[in-house]
Amino acid sequence: MSWLLLTAMIVGAYGFKAIGVFALAGRDTGAISRRLAPFSALVPAALFAALIAVQTVGAERSLSLDARLVGVAVAVIASWRRAPFVLTVGLAMTSTAAIRALAG
Amino acid sequence: MTPHRRQATVLVAAVGVVGVTFGVLADAAGLSIPKIVVMSALVFTGASQFAAVGVVSGGGTPFAAFGSAMLLAARNALYGPVVNRALPNSTSGRVVAAQFVIDETTAMSAAQPDDRMAADAFWFTGIWLWCLWVLGSVAGAVLGSFIGDPNAWGLDTAFPASFVALISPHLRTSPARFAAVMGAAIAVVAIPFTPAGVPLLLAALGVVPAVWRHPRGPSHQAPGTVES
Repeated sequence: MSWLLLTAMIVGAYGFKAIGVFALAGRDTGAISRRLAPFSALVPAALFAALIAVQTVGAERSLSLDARLVGVAVAVIASWRRAPFVLTVGLAMTSTAAIRALAG
Repeated sequence: MTPHRRQATVLVAAVGVVGVTFGVLADAAGLSIPKIVVMSALVFTGASQFAAVGVVSGGGTPFAAFGSAMLLAARNALYGPVVNRALPNSTSGRVVAAQFVIDETTAMSAAQPDDRMAADAFWFTGIWLWCLWVLGSVAGAVLGSFIGDPNAWGLDTAFPASFVALISPHLRTSPARFAAVMGAAIAVVAIPFTPAGVPLLLAALGVVPAVWRHPRGPSHQAPGTVES
């Protein structure tokens, strides 16, 4: 990742925060908020789910079903059982690593 | 310690752990420690950082990394009006405060019964979260450089597994679950046909059918927070 990309991210991320604080706050934003809120409320769900999918089965320009899938399935079960964050990630990594160790 | 500070402390500790994960992943994606520190201190919005690093480690273009990071950063603009009552009136104060307008500070300050407590919750959560996020990132980056081949430790699963944990507070409503399924489906279908990072950008379109399907869906919910 280049410093240029990093700088662009810094400016962009602060820009969005500042728009809210300076431009939107204190004005009647009812119309804008009402129109955008249903979409923006769902963006994390759609993007996070896509990230999970891409990182689980994506490989270059193809799909690959491998040890990652087992680890992520374990994470889904752990998260569903309300396991703490560290335990969820730890169990997933251990499962994937164990399968690779056994297979390799 | 007041209840909201105690609650914020738990939240901040959890975010510190997520910071360690971010540091390890950013190190595995090839970022130097100075870049990791600068990103956590100045970009300071976790989801965007994870997304950008994920796209870069998957071989995506800088444009795709920037695009997915900005899609996730855009929601912070909607938080300004929500935290307005907790912010200082002076311009200089607001310039500083803007950096701290994120999921966790918005959720904490919005939950307070009066303006004074909202301000206290905003700054207490914001400042400690910033410290722990930066410290956690550095710790993760240092840890990552000792690990060797990260995949032998299942580290490539740490990223999606982190997001499995992070996504759960965002799946409480039916439109959100629909958007998640749409997003994942679009991304998987797009993987063989598009360069890395693009499936993620396309996945954002998953919110459109979700909103159409539930036109009166969630009006303006309290933002999701990281669950420990």
